This record gives sequence, structure tokens and C-alpha cells, in this order.
Amino acid sequence: MDSKLAIAKSEPIWNTNNKVISIIAGLIILLFALPLFGMNSFYLHLFIMIFMHAVMAQSWNVIAGFSGQISLGHGAFFGIGAYATSFFYMEYGITPWISIFFGMFVSAIFAVLIGIPMLRLSGHYFAIATLLIGISFQVVFQRWDLVGAASGLWVTMTPEDSWLALQFHSSKAPYYYVFLVFFLITFFLVWLLSRSKLGYRLRAVRDDPQAALSLCINVSNYKIIAYVISAMIMAPMGSLFAQYILIIDPDRVFNIEISIIVLLITVLGGIGNVWGPIIGAAILVPISEYSRIYLGGTGGAVDLILYGLILMIICIFRPNGLISFIPKNILERNKQR
Amino acid sequence: MKILTVENLSKSFGGIHANKDISFDVEEGSILGVIGPNGAGKSTLFDLITGFTKPDAGKVKFFEKNIFGISPDKISNLGVGRTFQKLKPFADQTLLENVMIGAFVKEKDIKRARDRALEIIDFVDLIEKRHHFAKELSTGQRKRLEMARAMAIDPKLLLMDEVTGGVDQKTIPGLVELVKKLKKTGVTIITIEHNINIIMEISDNVLALDQGKRIAFGEPKEIQNNKQVIDAYLGTFDAA
Amino acid sequence: MTSEIILQAIVTGLMMGLIYALIAAGLSLIFGLMEIVNFAHGEHLMLSMFSSFWLWSLFGLDPLFSIPITILLMAFCGIITHYFLIRYILKAKMLIQICATFGLSIFIRSIAQLLWTPDFRNVDKPLLEGRIEIGSVFIGQPQLYASLVCLVAFFGLYWFVTKTETGLALQATAQDRHAAEILGIPSNKMFAIGWAIGLGCVGVAGGMMANYFFIFTDVGINFALFAFVAVALGGFGSIIGCLYAGIIIGLVESLGGLLIDPSFKLLYVFVIYLLVVIYKPQGLFGRY
Repeated sequence: MDSKLAIAKSEPIWNTNNKVISIIAGLIILLFALPLFGMNSFYLHLFIMIFMHAVMAQSWNVIAGFSGQISLGHGAFFGIGAYATSFFYMEYGITPWISIFFGMFVSAIFAVLIGIPMLRLSGHYFAIATLLIGISFQVVFQRWDLVGAASGLWVTMTPEDSWLALQFHSSKAPYYYVFLVFFLITFFLVWLLSRSKLGYRLRAVRDDPQAALSLCINVSNYKIIAYVISAMIMAPMGSLFAQYILIIDPDRVFNIEISIIVLLITVLGGIGNVWGPIIGAAILVPISEYSRIYLGGTGGAVDLILYGLILMIICIFRPNGLISFIPKNILERNKQR
Repeated sequence: MKILTVENLSKSFGGIHANKDISFDVEEGSILGVIGPNGAGKSTLFDLITGFTKPDAGKVKFFEKNIFGISPDKISNLGVGRTFQKLKPFADQTLLENVMIGAFVKEKDIKRARDRALEIIDFVDLIEKRHHFAKELSTGQRKRLEMARAMAIDPKLLLMDEVTGGVDQKTIPGLVELVKKLKKTGVTIITIEHNINIIMEISDNVLALDQGKRIAFGEPKEIQNNKQVIDAYLGTFDAA
Repeated sequence: MTSEIILQAIVTGLMMGLIYALIAAGLSLIFGLMEIVNFAHGEHLMLSMFSSFWLWSLFGLDPLFSIPITILLMAFCGIITHYFLIRYILKAKMLIQICATFGLSIFIRSIAQLLWTPDFRNVDKPLLEGRIEIGSVFIGQPQLYASLVCLVAFFGLYWFVTKTETGLALQATAQDRHAAEILGIPSNKMFAIGWAIGLGCVGVAGGMMANYFFIFTDVGINFALFAFVAVALGGFGSIIGCLYAGIIIGLVESLGGLLIDPSFKLLYVFVIYLLVVIYKPQGLFGRY
């Protein structure tokens, strides 16, 4: 008896598979080296979009996958991030490096304000409320003159490339690195989160809120924490995206499509799994970008048709996402039988 | 020392009294068995004590502290653990992870929480199943999981809803032994139980409910001969 | 602001509300039956409006006469939806159920965009035209008849669910599908019927609205949102609750638009939604 307990206690808490670690390290080095091999601007753009969407999907994964709340209006935080950064930069000349944090801060505030009443709702009620939230933000910004109403904000361009203003006109490579670094930092932090006490408790809230309550977990507070974390991951992507395309308007950054695609990427890759959003983004973003190239302007509809179709197929046949094709013990935990 | 004092606790749903004027108390370190036919209000009573349902009127005191109407997470934080009649394991997580979530209440460090969880899992004799997902466990094993998870918060009072309900006959003795073993650790237990023989065997006191009202409260021997209890339980006695 | 204008807004809101009520009733019926929220409800409404439009533009059928065809098409659409998608996700987690119908909504809307472009269309010179004047209140004829037809359809639905054998079987399945199966009510068939009726309701609403509403691929979104809200307000699964909730939403929308600012209609409805679901999460009215 005791010996079995002793053996169990001597196990490592996490199964660290050295092969996987070295593969990941290799991939990271490769990603840093890629632009040095003279990628053309399309491929740089493709990777930038993959990094950005992976982070956005990870944001959704935190609220939906970890804490089980389905937000259908998550694009709101993307838009808040985009507007906050651009507005402070244009009005007060504050460098985006600082106003990214404004964006995060404002998003966090909104997440708390929205979260306190709404996260008392569960399931469908919450999903419907977030759908309304997402569209409400779009409606409000379309009419808000201070931020350019429907025509949006045209970010003041610097004459030359500038790290301070986070604007690069001659090459996309600097953007590539900025997005890559944010991508890596986000995934590292979320990976830490998933292994922390907070991560465990969020999963408890997701799987059974009542059982969680019986284990001293204040379910509403934990949902709000997850919502705030999620919003703070989403906002910087909005900020960086604004600096990347240098023009933002309500239809672009509060588009319901953003809320759709983060959900789709996560569900496709594997919801509740730290790695899911990477897999989902690596597959879906190229589909979207290529369909836009080959099908011209109407590509928007074709990629959405595909999204809808993929989403339904995944829900029917692989509700745990593509990650479920990979044996669990390789990536995640030690499951000795 | 009274660990729990309940006075005139009442709750009605849309005019129907689920619990009406229920009073009893529990001595620290003892086992209280709660019996009653289906719909007698046993599970409602648990929900009222643990805060899952807001009571209408009455008093609930845990030691000297009033816990009437406060939220379930606060009540569990004071040291009241519970299991559920309709089992609520965290299905997509392993047994170990289930228990660790409880253990985090006492241990902030992940390694220490893990070790604490393992000790409790060993206590409920499931150490070999520690890496199994909760949804893969049998009903009896899931009952043990719920007990282990509740114990992980180091409760002074543990409310167990139908320990032996829904499991096959071979599994019952093991679960009963586990309850006795639990009592030896010093934790006070309130258990809902359908099987009258088991109640008589393990309980120090018995509370009998019928149609939301207390019909008897006392030592098992008195209860067994109480006419009202026999009337309410008629038929069920035979089955048990 | 004169009382006439307010009265006008109340009448307009009431008429819209009856349409919302019928759309919501379809949604609520489906939810009550299998606890699945059809997030593609707005797209189904869009389809029914397009059905009406194409029957008019290709065959010269007035929307008023094409309604039976539209209803049948939508009922068929409901059965297909159940057969190809819903029956696979009945036991799935709620998250997957939401994602699946959400996926369906994206799919339908973007296919429609590809086939029919996002242009705005409308039916020229339908039989129902013009407006009547009662006192100082103007009532558009198409709007008036649309709301009356929706009201009739609503009570038809209510009668069907509460009085007919099939309706009672639906209710039995909604309450406990396993018990119903034991009584010989096949739940799969009931689900298909539920979808057919639910979308049939949408067919009525869409067909009538084709008389006066602009028809475009995104038209369903706002209606679906209001229907979700109505279902939540009326109590998930309650059909009669949808009637009151639909009227409340119609009035809030039109009075809010009049008294504050019409471009924030959605926000007023949203506020009502939040207030109700927070303070009365079981909805304003009970089930059935």
C-alpha cells in the first residue's frame, strides 16, 4: 500500500518529453530564422496572420476552453485594443508600445464591467448576451464621432520606418518579429496558466460549477478572472493589427467575423487545449488567405462557407478538435495505465 | 461540542414545502444518518445546509458561526464538504486532477497539493486509478472520487448524499467500510441513506423525514421502533 | 412630442412585436424539445424571405400566395437540418451544440452571399400595398397583415402544441424523451417534426415580411437576436411567453427609437434582456 503511494508521489507532476521540447525549441529557432531566408511579403503576411489569429484564438480558448463560457462577441476586445492604441497615438502621440497597455487596461475594465452582470448568466444566456455585446460595440463605434464614427481612424503615418511608432513601410519583417514575440509570450503565459492552481480551478468551473462551489471555489469570481485574462490577451492583437494596417474602422475591427474565426480556430484545433489554437490557426489562416487570392473579392464568402462547413463537421465527428488525433501523453500529461 | 445546529429550517418551492421547521443538531465526531422516502426533502436539506439553495427561514449554525443563507463556496471554505446524489465529477479530468482541485484549498504549492491528493486517493483505495479520467470510472469508484475530493478540502463536517445509492451489491460493503474509516479520522458525517440496515449499523443518531417534515430524531434504536417512521417507511423496510 | 407620435410608435412596435413573437416561438419550440438553441434561426428567416422573393421574381407569384410553398420549403429545410446536423449533436456538450448551429448560420449566410450577392432586394408592387389611416395613426397594410397573420399562426401553433395528439407527443418528448420513447413516441421523429414546425413558423414570418422588408443576406441577424432575447425573456421553452416577450421587444425597440435614438435600438433591447435574465433568470413566464 505505502509503496504504491510512494511510487505515485515520486512521479513527476508533468511528463516532460524531451523530444517534444527539443522539437518545439527547434521550431522557435526556425520561426526566428525564417525571414532571413528572404521570404516575400506574402509569406511574411501569412505568418503574421497565423501568429495573430493563434493569439486571438488562445484568448477565446481561455474563456471558453478553460472556464467554459461561450463568448460569441469576443471581437469586441480586439476592437477596443485597436481603437485605444490608435486613438492615444493620434491624439496624444503616445507610442504604441505604451498604448498597447492602455488597450489591455481598457479591455480589462470592460471585461469586469461586462463580466459582473453577465457571468452570472450561464450557458445559452451568456452566449446570447455576448452576441449582443459584440454587435453593440460595432453599433456604438459606428456612431461615435470622437473616433471617426463609421469612417474610423486613419493612423498618422511616419515618414520612415520607426520602432518607436511601431510602423514599418519598407518591409513586413519587423512586424513579423513583433507578432512572433507576442505570440510566443502569450502561449508561454497561457501554458503556465493551464498548469497553475488557477488553471485547475478554471477547469473545475467549466466541468461542473456546482461541484466547484462545494470545493470553496467562488465560481463567479473565477469566471470574471478568466474573462479579464482573455480580454487582455485579445486587446494587444487589436493594437498590433491597427499598427499593421494603419487604418481601423468599426466594420473592420468589430466585425462579427472576428468573433466567429476565433471560435472556429479553437474548436478546429482543440478547445481547452493550449496547443489547439496553434493547430487551428496554422490550418485556417492559409485557407482564408489563399481563397482570397484565388477567388478575388468574393473570396470572403467562400472562406466563410468553408469555415461554416468545417465547424459543423468538426462538431459532428471530432468535438475535441484535431489535437485529439495526437496521443495525449505526447503533449500533455502522464497517463500511465 | 455541537458542530452543527439547525433550527426550524424551512424552504418551499412554489407553495410546496420541501422542508418545514426542521430542527436537529450534530455532535462533533459522530455520524448522523438521514432517512426518509423519496421526496421527503433529504437532498433539499443538504442543499440548504451547504448553501446551494437559499433557505426561507430558520437558523443554521456551524460551530458558533451562523451560516444561514451564505454562498456555498463560503460555507465549504469554513470546512463543510459534500458529495452529490447525482454525481458531479469533473468528467474530463483525471481522478488525481479532480482531487487536486480540492487539495488546492489547503495547499497552494502544486507539488504539495498533488501529494496531498495522492494520500487521500490512497485513503479511498483508488491509487491505481489516479490517472484515469473521471468519466472512465465505475459508479462506485466515482462515489469514492467525490468523497476524496470533498475530503481534500479538509472538512470538519462532511455531508454525503446516498453513499450506496445506485451501486451494485458487491460494492456496498467497501463503501460502508470507507465511511467507518472516515469517521475514525475525526470528521463529522451526515449521510443520506436508503438502506435502513446500513443506517442502523453506522449512525450514532438518525433523523427521519417525511414530506418535508421531521418525524423523528434520536438514536437508531428509538427510530427503529418509532411508529411514524415505520408507517412512512412501510414497504421500504421490506425491500431493505 | 405629441401623443399621436407616441401612439404611432406603439402601434408600429406592436406590429413588429407580433412578428418577433412568431419567430421566437419557432426557436422556443425547438429549444424546449431538445435544449438546443438554433443559432442559425436568423439565416433560416433570411432563406424564407428569399424563397418568397424568388417565387415572385421567377414565377410571378405574389408573396401572399407563395406562403404555403415557403412554409413547406422551410419545414423541409428543418427536417434536413435535423437529419444532417442536429441528430449527431444531441448528446454533445452545449459548447459543441452552440458551435454546430453557429457553424450552420455562417454556412447558410455565406452561401447565400455567394449565390445572391449581398445586394438589397425587394418585391415590387405586391398585392398588399399602401396604408390605412385610423385617426391620426398610419398603418402600413403589409405590416398590418403580416402581424395579423403571425398572430393567427402563433395561436395555431399554440393550439397545435397543446391540443393535438402530435403536439402532446412533442410536449411529452420535451419533458422526458426516454419516458416518451417507452410510451411509443419515437423521439427522433418528434425532433424532426419540431424542426419542421419551428422553421415553418419562420416561413410564415419571412413570407409575410417579404411584402415590405428589404431582402438581403444579413437580414436575419437582428431578427435572430431579438428572437433569442424573446425566448430568454419568455422563459426558454415557453411558447406563450414568446408572445408577451415579442411584444415587449417590439415596443421597447420602437419607443426607444422614438424617445432616444433609433440607431441604438439593439442596445435598448439588450438592456431589457440583461435586466430580465439577471433578476428573473427563469424568464418572465413559465413553460407552455
